[in-house]
This record gives sequence, C-alpha cells and structure tokens, in this order.
Amino acid sequence: MMSIDWYNFTPWSALLGGALIGLAASVFAVMNGRVAGISGLLGSLLAPGEGRGEKALFLLGILLAPVLWQLFSRLPEIQINSGWLALTVAGFLVGIGTRYGSGCTSGHGVCGLSRLSPRSLAATLSFMGAGFVTVFVLRHLWGA
Amino acid sequence: MRKLTAFIAGIIFGIGLLAAGMANPAKVLAFLDLSGAWDPSLAFVMVAAIGVAFLPFSWARFQRSSLLGAPMQLPGKRELDRRLIGGSLLFGIGWGIAGICPGPAVAILLTGRWQVLLFVLAMLAGMLLFALLQRRTAARESSS
Repeated sequence: MMSIDWYNFTPWSALLGGALIGLAASVFAVMNGRVAGISGLLGSLLAPGEGRGEKALFLLGILLAPVLWQLFSRLPEIQINSGWLALTVAGFLVGIGTRYGSGCTSGHGVCGLSRLSPRSLAATLSFMGAGFVTVFVLRHLWGA
Repeated sequence: MRKLTAFIAGIIFGIGLLAAGMANPAKVLAFLDLSGAWDPSLAFVMVAAIGVAFLPFSWARFQRSSLLGAPMQLPGKRELDRRLIGGSLLFGIGWGIAGICPGPAVAILLTGRWQVLLFVLAMLAGMLLFALLQRRTAARESSS
C-alpha cells in the first residue's frame, strides 16, 4: 500500500526550485542555443570539442551555487547514507549509463520533455523505472 | 556575453537544485521508494521545471540561432535505439543506489563531503570509459 510521507513532503520549495531549474535551462537554450544536460556537458569536457568555454562556465555556476548560497543562508540538508562501495558502483553506472543513454535527469527529464522529444520520454521512463525498481530491491527485498 | 549567460544560468540551475531538495540524496531516494514512506516532492520539481521551460523550448526548437546569435543546437534525433534505453536503465540503477544524478553531484561537490568526491570520480571514470570505447569503435569502423 502506498503511504505518503507528509512530514518530509515539501511541495512549495520543490515547485520554486523546479521553476529555477526550468528558468536556467530556458536561458541556456534561448541565449546559448544549448541543452542544459549535465552529463552531456561533463562528458564534453573530457574530449576536445566546440563550445567548451561556455559549457565549463555553466558547470562552474552549478559548482559555485552552494558557495554563493552560504553567503546568504544556511545550506539545506544534504544527507548521504551510502557507503564507499555503493557510491563507487553508483557513480560508475551513472557515468557510463548517462553517456550511452545520451542524457540524464536534466537533459532528458527537463529539457527533452520540454521540447516533446520521444527519445527523452523513453529515456526518462527507463531511468525512473530502473530507479524505482532498484530502490525497491535494495530497501525492501535485499535490505529487509 | 554568451559566457556570462552560461555562467549565470549555471548558478540559477545550481540554486534551483539546492532549493528543490534535489541535491539531498536521502530525499531523492525517498522519492524513488514508492513502497516506503513516499515523498512525492521531486515530482513537483519536474512539473515546475517543465512548466517553466515548455514555452521557451517550444520557441527555441524552431529557431536556427539563439537570441545571442549562437547556432541552435537542440538535438533533432527522434528514433529510439538500444543504446538510449540500455544506457538509461544503467543510469537509473546507479541513481537508485545512491540517489545522486549528475547535476546534484556537481551542485554539492564543494560542500566538503568525501562521499560526493568519490561519487564524482567514479562517474567521471565511467564517462571516460565510454569515451575510450567510443574511440575504439570509431577506429575499428574506419579501418574496416
């Protein structure tokens, strides 16, 4: 049976944060003509190619966001419960999977769905589905 | 000018991830845990992001150049293939293990947690492996 965690449910900050993400992706597309897909941007920095300066600056902006945030306020909670082995395996799968799949939550999930791409819809359903199944297996079958 | 818009868009993107709760791996896993105490917040992030980005992307995808004169480089491919789905499934498994996808990984890298550094290094290793395999395939195809 599905039960909603009302205590940790944060619809307003989720909507606000999501709107900012959508705004940033829109600026990058309308001004720079590019997709704000983080895995693609990271991957393109690992090989020679055009536009690396702009791509690196977009990533630098994300990297510095928590530093700027801390000038004005306390950072929101960031809780990581995974051990080193899980983090290593997870990072590796995320790295290779997003490159083979040509995108991640931002490139497919936000930008791709916003431009009604059938590829991005298929990719988003695939990684969300795999994420749901993985958490179910790890938390409720394996970890139980 | 394009460098500036890229940097500003990156900052907004990062702030959005932090504000949304997307940069908190425990919260991401609570969203992916449908059969536990489900936290639906992150669905609101996606809806708001797409809601804001939909109109700008609808305009952008029919333009040849951006407002700042850069070529519009939104992907035009629409066919599904095995790489797209397979890669996205691998990404989803990795996402489900640790609750971290590429954007948030960059956004919390400078908050001083070894777990994030390890995840990012493993992710970059996965991306590098992909680049190497790509280069080998390309070399084999051009020599045959």
